[in-house]
Amino acid sequence: MDVAGFVTDPLAFGFMQRGIVASVLVGIVCAVMGTFVVLKGLAFIGDAVSHATFPGLVIAYMVGAPLYVGGAIAAVATSLAIGVVSRRGRLRFDTSVGVLFAGTFAFGVVLFSTIKNYVADLLGYLLGNVLGISFGDLIQVAILGTIVLATVLVIRKELLFATFDPLGAAASGLPVATLEYLLLALLGVTIVVSIQAVGIIMVVAMLVTPSATAQLLVVRFGLMMAIGVVLAAISAVAGLYISFYLNLASGASIVLVETLFFVLALALGPKTGILSRRRPAEAFAE
Amino acid sequence: MTELAANAAALAPVATQLPGPTVAFDHVSAGYGSRPALTDVSLTVKPGSLLAVIGPNGAGKSTLLKVIAGLLRPWSGTVTVLGGPPGAAARRIAYLPQAEAVDWAFPVTVGQVVTMGRYARLGFGHEPGSRDRQRVTEALAMVGMADAVGRQIGALSGGQRRRVFLARALAAEPDLYLLDEPVTGVDARTQEDLMDVLESEARAGKTVIATTHDLICAAQRFHQAAFLNERLVAEGPANLVLDQKLLAETYGGHVLVLPGDDGGRLVLDDAHHHDDAPKGERHYHDESR
Repeated sequence: MDVAGFVTDPLAFGFMQRGIVASVLVGIVCAVMGTFVVLKGLAFIGDAVSHATFPGLVIAYMVGAPLYVGGAIAAVATSLAIGVVSRRGRLRFDTSVGVLFAGTFAFGVVLFSTIKNYVADLLGYLLGNVLGISFGDLIQVAILGTIVLATVLVIRKELLFATFDPLGAAASGLPVATLEYLLLALLGVTIVVSIQAVGIIMVVAMLVTPSATAQLLVVRFGLMMAIGVVLAAISAVAGLYISFYLNLASGASIVLVETLFFVLALALGPKTGILSRRRPAEAFAE
Repeated sequence: MTELAANAAALAPVATQLPGPTVAFDHVSAGYGSRPALTDVSLTVKPGSLLAVIGPNGAGKSTLLKVIAGLLRPWSGTVTVLGGPPGAAARRIAYLPQAEAVDWAFPVTVGQVVTMGRYARLGFGHEPGSRDRQRVTEALAMVGMADAVGRQIGALSGGQRRRVFLARALAAEPDLYLLDEPVTGVDARTQEDLMDVLESEARAGKTVIATTHDLICAAQRFHQAAFLNERLVAEGPANLVLDQKLLAETYGGHVLVLPGDDGGRLVLDDAHHHDDAPKGERHYHDESR
């Protein structure tokens, strides 16, 4: 088989075309949101929201409603609930989130276990199946992803200020609390569109890994976001080709490629790598 | 209006043309959860003031700034800021957070940080224009950081970081500066430069309210001082800071007294940087309290 054939052969299959478009889209949206997730330290919240989406998906499945609608309602509701807990809670924040997300996930599993022959489908939710995405689902991913990207584009400078210095931003008159809730709602939508691609358990990798890799490489916000997007897109395509030729799980392959980039950046990058003379602790010290 | 009054108004500096005080507290109490941080504070700050807020850790200094900035709603009492309730005139206020509250590893450049001072007046969906860039350049020049515009903030020294944050405040062209420990942990040169800038802003009719642990700086470079220890112990001209009795009352008799070279006396608030008095310094406790 020649090189051109290596690249083009998989594209003869409709499921590969749809899968690549979907996972690149998801990768881009996740990397843009992931920049804020990484800088605001929302990785755990992202993981929590994706697990909490599960009962929403199951209820939608049981009543025959569109899965994205059920998942989106659960994800956004959980995101906003976490926002309220973070502002008013008396417990440690991560404790409250831990309780909330394990409880909602368990509720989803219990609901799911009432469905006959549930085990096979459960794996699809938990681990993702982007190669099984339908054209209709792909359209939904594209619409929701565009909404997220357009919203971030419009409020990006305010989000940057509020993420970097919430007190200074609020004092200057920016609606920081509203921006925070909006960011969490966008995170909820992002997670729902990502579940089809990589599943509930690995969504957090799509959100965090490309942006974290980018942060290891550059010190500018815009560049960090751009590199995250490029890494996510490359990982999506490379992961699906690996999955195709080696017959491996698609979502996990994408995540593994992203992780490989992260390890390479950690080992070779300018801030932390073996080629840099300064240790990471010193790089930011005075 | 008579001709005389009109002339007087025209001659008066900008400061006196603003109606009423910049900040007025009327029996204000505030806190977090059920823990009070400010109790029954009444305070008036006139336009053009250069006010140092001093007091030990946990005295409510930062809380006072947050209430003025509209970041914390008071439990009781009335707060008026720039003629309205707190937060109503937010775009005329610049707030400088404590250095510890900032994530210095954040991937932003000096230029980006200072440009943030322009964001609130730009509004959603509007990009900074030439007027904004010009103001950012001017602000960086005022604090002596014009050459650093492309550097990442984490690569700067502590003093340079404070300069950049003051530049952000200047770029916002505010009427009221709320500065949480602007000169803490900076070298003497930076402290002098920053105070020069703040003094010229105050002369231009802007109001500056800054918390500080540096009592010498408060006495020498500020015009007014407010002594805070949950309650307002005293307010008045800045040289009151050297009043031993007021200090004892504010700090609970917990201040360091160093013998000066010329028989003078330096007083330091020791609450901030260390629990034990450094070697060679005498711990002063007012046991009569």
